[in-house]
Amino acid sequence: MSYVVQRLLTFPLILLGVSILVFVAIRLVPGDAITAMLGTEAGLLTPVQREALAAYFGIDQPIWAQYLRWLTGLFQGDLGISSIYGKPVLTVILERFPLTLQLSLMSMVIALSVGVPLGVLAASRNERPSDLVVRVLAMLGQSTPNFVVGILIIYVLSVFFGFVPAMGTFTPLFADPLASIAQLIFPAITLGFAFAASVTRISRSAMLDVLSDDYVRTARSKGATPMSVIWHHALPNALIPVVTLSGVEFGYLLGGAVIVEQIFALPGLGRLVLDAITQRDYALVQGTVLFIAFNFLVVNLLVDLAYVALDPRIRIGRR
Amino acid sequence: MNQFSPKTLLAGLAVATALTSVSAALPAQAAELRMAWSQDATGLDPHKQTAFSSLRLLELIYEPLVRLDADLNVVPAIASSWEFAEDARTLTFTIDTNAKFSDGASVTSADVKASFERLLDEATSAAARSNFLSIESIDTPDDATIVFNLSTPDVPILVAMATINAAVMPAAEIEAGTVGTEAIGSGPFVLESWEPNAREVLSANENWAGGELAIDGITISVLPDEMAILASLRAGQTDFALLNDPLVATLVPMEAGLELNRVGVLNYNVLQLNPSRPPMDNLLVRQAMSCAIDRQEIIDAALAGEGKVTGPLTMPAFAQDPANLFCYEQDLERARELMAESGVDGFSATVIAATGEPPVAASEAQVLQAQLAEIGIDLEIEMMELNVYVDAWLAGDFDMAVAQNGGRPDPYPMYNRYFTNEGNLAHVSNFPDDELDSLMKQGQAETDPAKRVEIFQAFESRLAEQSPWLWLSTGYSYTAQRESVSGFTPSPTGTLFGLVNVSVE
Repeated sequence: MSYVVQRLLTFPLILLGVSILVFVAIRLVPGDAITAMLGTEAGLLTPVQREALAAYFGIDQPIWAQYLRWLTGLFQGDLGISSIYGKPVLTVILERFPLTLQLSLMSMVIALSVGVPLGVLAASRNERPSDLVVRVLAMLGQSTPNFVVGILIIYVLSVFFGFVPAMGTFTPLFADPLASIAQLIFPAITLGFAFAASVTRISRSAMLDVLSDDYVRTARSKGATPMSVIWHHALPNALIPVVTLSGVEFGYLLGGAVIVEQIFALPGLGRLVLDAITQRDYALVQGTVLFIAFNFLVVNLLVDLAYVALDPRIRIGRR
Repeated sequence: MNQFSPKTLLAGLAVATALTSVSAALPAQAAELRMAWSQDATGLDPHKQTAFSSLRLLELIYEPLVRLDADLNVVPAIASSWEFAEDARTLTFTIDTNAKFSDGASVTSADVKASFERLLDEATSAAARSNFLSIESIDTPDDATIVFNLSTPDVPILVAMATINAAVMPAAEIEAGTVGTEAIGSGPFVLESWEPNAREVLSANENWAGGELAIDGITISVLPDEMAILASLRAGQTDFALLNDPLVATLVPMEAGLELNRVGVLNYNVLQLNPSRPPMDNLLVRQAMSCAIDRQEIIDAALAGEGKVTGPLTMPAFAQDPANLFCYEQDLERARELMAESGVDGFSATVIAATGEPPVAASEAQVLQAQLAEIGIDLEIEMMELNVYVDAWLAGDFDMAVAQNGGRPDPYPMYNRYFTNEGNLAHVSNFPDDELDSLMKQGQAETDPAKRVEIFQAFESRLAEQSPWLWLSTGYSYTAQRESVSGFTPSPTGTLFGLVNVSVE
């Protein structure tokens, strides 16, 4: 438990570092909220007009003063107001998060339920035709960019079936579970495609390692059926690298899937950050990146804890 | 033969979709238009917004005094009639007494006055203010009459008023400071809700003075990928869509059940040279570049053939045949002669372009690079994110820039900012020229339409001959619709106001 507390104590420091980095980086990029709103027409503004707008967007003060103001707000639980949405940043993020969370979970379910069995299958048929087929598929899956998969799926659906998943807005799971899952299933397949391929490859190689271990030979010699050897003896021990991979990948997914959200017109965290950056909504960029970083830290912590559950030999936090 | 052949499967699906679409079509009268676009509006204050989508949205909600029809004639909106005094220093409007805001209040001269005063107030930060600086005072003799007193003869101010940037809003809203949040206008539609970058819902404004609408409302969805918009149209989830990318637009006519509306626009694609930097400060070098490029080839190679060669003036009422302009046919021999005469023996320069804005910017830059290499000019292309580009552009910090600049129905508001000595963007064009300046001022004051055409054509010829920029082409604005949609008229300004005549079967 002390381990968890220790880890939690490092969170604020990491988040502070992230916030400073983002704060400075987004302001170093040329262009500001004024040029983002007006484009080249910003050149028609008089100095007085420009100042009025800068004050409106809160970019009229020196950068350290802006940061201090933001940090003070943060300690009071206030991430600022988004200039695009005219709402508190946290509200906007929490509106978008359910979609991203559901999409990430669905892609993970797809990736694991496809990837692990395929990996196990390939490992148990090492160097036989079915292994080769799986390996080629996995290679293909990993190297196909998801914008290609996404556009292809939309094209096939619309041309051959006269159907596209609902686009533009999101139906939350609790409002209409079926519609919600139906809307996200194709984006989830798109995301899960490459993810499943990595899971396949990792679980295959982990399985191969484990299958050559002594205890597996022991199990076999004691007369366990091949099925029982694979599923009961070998798999649980082969899962650790899969958990690591899934954890990292899930952390990325929670940061929003920019390209897939763009193609399927889903209002998730990925597009939120993208729009915030292109429209120079500083408060929103800042808040969203912080939120994503926090999620990543939590997921990583959970992954570490999952090791303990999977492998009783691992005792983290004790030297 | 296989029992479950793909054919039977597809036929089964077709029957199934046919059944579901029949049942879906029955209850609703399909009186709602489902529209899609790839870029959303960025705000609701018509005086402040300049983004394309914002203007298109606000034109459906608000009204200016006058608007432009599809042939760019000034036609009534809130004002039923108007008149310039002979010296072009007084402009009087009579307001349509039927005009009402969506909250039911009548539009009066007091609202018009308050709106223009807000627009002119520097605290409002309206970029469009620069078009109305000649307004000295505004009188309201009665509720239905409004008089603008101008400090200088200003004929093009009427056309400048025909944009949504000069929208009339309720004086009460201005007083309350709720403009931009409430969106109360006198236009054909009322904004019911707006989720930025996702969707807006509009309903028909029953108080609109322009007549009854054949649709109950419009739902606009933001679908950032235009291929997805096409798929959505194909699948029947979208009835009507705005398209930016000519490459996507050219696919529409190949789809059964879809129609493409295409109309020439006033915007122009241009290679802006920076005449304050050598060797672009050398007239002969600029002219050599103008002779070296093949404008039609740029259209064919970079714009998929979707465009027309244009000179500086893109509005049909003023434009002259580009063949009359300096070196508009590629002439490499002459280009080489001019280069030799200039004393510049080839040079390297950087050309900036914005990623995706317009979608063809990168390809245009590449074709220009290849064409200019013919006369020993080595162009390095620097692609930039739009905001970064805008920042460099506004600072005039570039050798050359591939740009798509906005056009206006009148040459004065279109080029006054660049080519008059006190133009707001004179530091971007970097080309002070007394002759251009004087022609602009004559055009502003002249009331005789025929004489104005003459003046501005002289202006155009001078620009092409001096070649501070190389005007290339003008493109099209595209909307796509399902066959069930009828009645839409596109306009060169890009406005979607034509949706007021649309019906959906």
